[in-house]
Amino acid sequence: MDLILEGIKKAFLLLFTLDREVLDITILSLKVSGLATIISIFIGVSTGTMIALNEFPGKRIVVSLVNTGMGLPPVVVGLFVTIFLWRSGPFGFLGILYTPLAIIIAQSIIATPIVMGITVAAMQQLPRKLRLQILALGATRLQMVWTLIKEARLSLLAAVMAGFGGVISEIGASIMVGGNIKGYSRVLTTATVMETSRGNFDVAIALSIILLLLAYFINLILTHIQQKERQR
Amino acid sequence: MTSILEAKGLRVERAGAQLLDVLHLNIEESEVLALIGPNGAGKSTLLVTLCHLFKSFSGAIIFKGKQVGRELPVSQYRRRISMVFQEPLLFNATVFENVAAGLRFRSIGRQEIEGSVKENLERFGIGHLSDRSARTLSGGEAQRTSLARAFAVKPDMLFLDEPFSALDPPTRESLIEDLERILDESGTTAIFATHDRIEALRLSDRIAVMNQGRILQIGAPDDVMNHPADEFVASFVGVETILKGKVTGKKLGIVTVSVLGHEVAVIGDYGIGENLILCIRPENVTLSINPSETTSARNTFRGTIERIVPMGLFHKVELDCGFPLVAYITQDAVDALSLCEGSDVAASLKATAIHVVRK
Repeated sequence: MDLILEGIKKAFLLLFTLDREVLDITILSLKVSGLATIISIFIGVSTGTMIALNEFPGKRIVVSLVNTGMGLPPVVVGLFVTIFLWRSGPFGFLGILYTPLAIIIAQSIIATPIVMGITVAAMQQLPRKLRLQILALGATRLQMVWTLIKEARLSLLAAVMAGFGGVISEIGASIMVGGNIKGYSRVLTTATVMETSRGNFDVAIALSIILLLLAYFINLILTHIQQKERQR
Repeated sequence: MTSILEAKGLRVERAGAQLLDVLHLNIEESEVLALIGPNGAGKSTLLVTLCHLFKSFSGAIIFKGKQVGRELPVSQYRRRISMVFQEPLLFNATVFENVAAGLRFRSIGRQEIEGSVKENLERFGIGHLSDRSARTLSGGEAQRTSLARAFAVKPDMLFLDEPFSALDPPTRESLIEDLERILDESGTTAIFATHDRIEALRLSDRIAVMNQGRILQIGAPDDVMNHPADEFVASFVGVETILKGKVTGKKLGIVTVSVLGHEVAVIGDYGIGENLILCIRPENVTLSINPSETTSARNTFRGTIERIVPMGLFHKVELDCGFPLVAYITQDAVDALSLCEGSDVAASLKATAIHVVRK
């Protein structure tokens, strides 16, 4: 019991004194996962919209593949990104394995299907006639797609939440392609694993609290926007 | 009158089924055409096709002399028309933004948008809702917003797909009244689909009856309703005699309407000079050789029997009283009055038996 109490006490001390190392790890985590989420929004929303709005042979197979991708195990992504970026791999010449960039790539691959899958569902939930109505009001095809995206914005916010939540908390890919290098590619999750295995529970608990708070605050902001929209 | 829209050989097929097969349709500038028919008759398909919203159809749509898709790009054509659906299909934004949507698609300046939106909100009596979220509107308010949105782009032609059918009767009534006035004021050409014949009578200059993707009959409302081209049209538009008239006098709740020079008494509160449509059900018309003086029927017309059609348990008698009139009578009555084609009779009906529609 002492172990836990002592750990929590020390953890809060680290937090309130704004420990340099803890702060750096937190900022890197936010940067990496934030960028990965932004990349996944661009790819996921545009591709998801295209899939939802167009009829083509094999659409069902594509949609089921995207949905499967929503549960892509981060270790599998980590493995393949590592192979591709390995010195003798196809992109080995880039020399970006064990860098934050590699983590961004891996996390984008994890978040994209999540955002895409929710986008497809959100777009298909809009009434079919809405497209005809928008075109009948004189919209070009691009204006129509943009109007539909605006209509689905609440569901798309949920997609962003799910995407960010998925990557900020994943560990497998980050540790494999980032390497958990101190002061360089160490993020909240990889640091937590390492500190725990070393028995440094105080630091591990501090990192976990930050992780929880981050996830909580970002979702709080997004939920707030969503609820405000609903009430109008 | 000049033609604004012409359709030739319009066909739509889906999964082997022929949804639409319209050989020819011509719409004149400023006219209001009603498409009536049962559900699944192809009314919506025709409207959506005429708006060029279907990718796959065959045939030609000619707008102001130019074939859409050839001489006139589809995108330009769509910017000159507007469509309203049965569901309001509003965007999740304020009423103002909804009505502004069509104008924004056309990249129109802010000031002009503001003026046009305001004007159309007032027109449909929803100026006070401008800042409200479209999600909080009632059915009637939402449909008014949808109509204001369609009118805001000042379309050359308006397509309305059963715009009132989802509304409750009082809401519907007030919206029809407003639309009637607005169509009249703006002189907008319009085609609207409905399965309500009274709605069609009130709003349209011409009626087209549709079934199974085809137009069975097209013409002036009284013409179509009094002389249905076939069984189906007759069964759909009903068997009532439709007469157009003008109010010439009123006294104690009884209004005198002049129909082709004949005076017909009806019940109601209508102003002198008002145009009315009278609907008379054949079972309310009684025939006699010499009408007795004591009858309570307000209206008695002398006429000639043009046709007697046996309808099973009763006979349908078509009369010419200076205007067409149809009566249903029993076999007994035919025998007792010894009616035959060409004989003169008196047709009586009560003022209360006439259903009156404002035009």
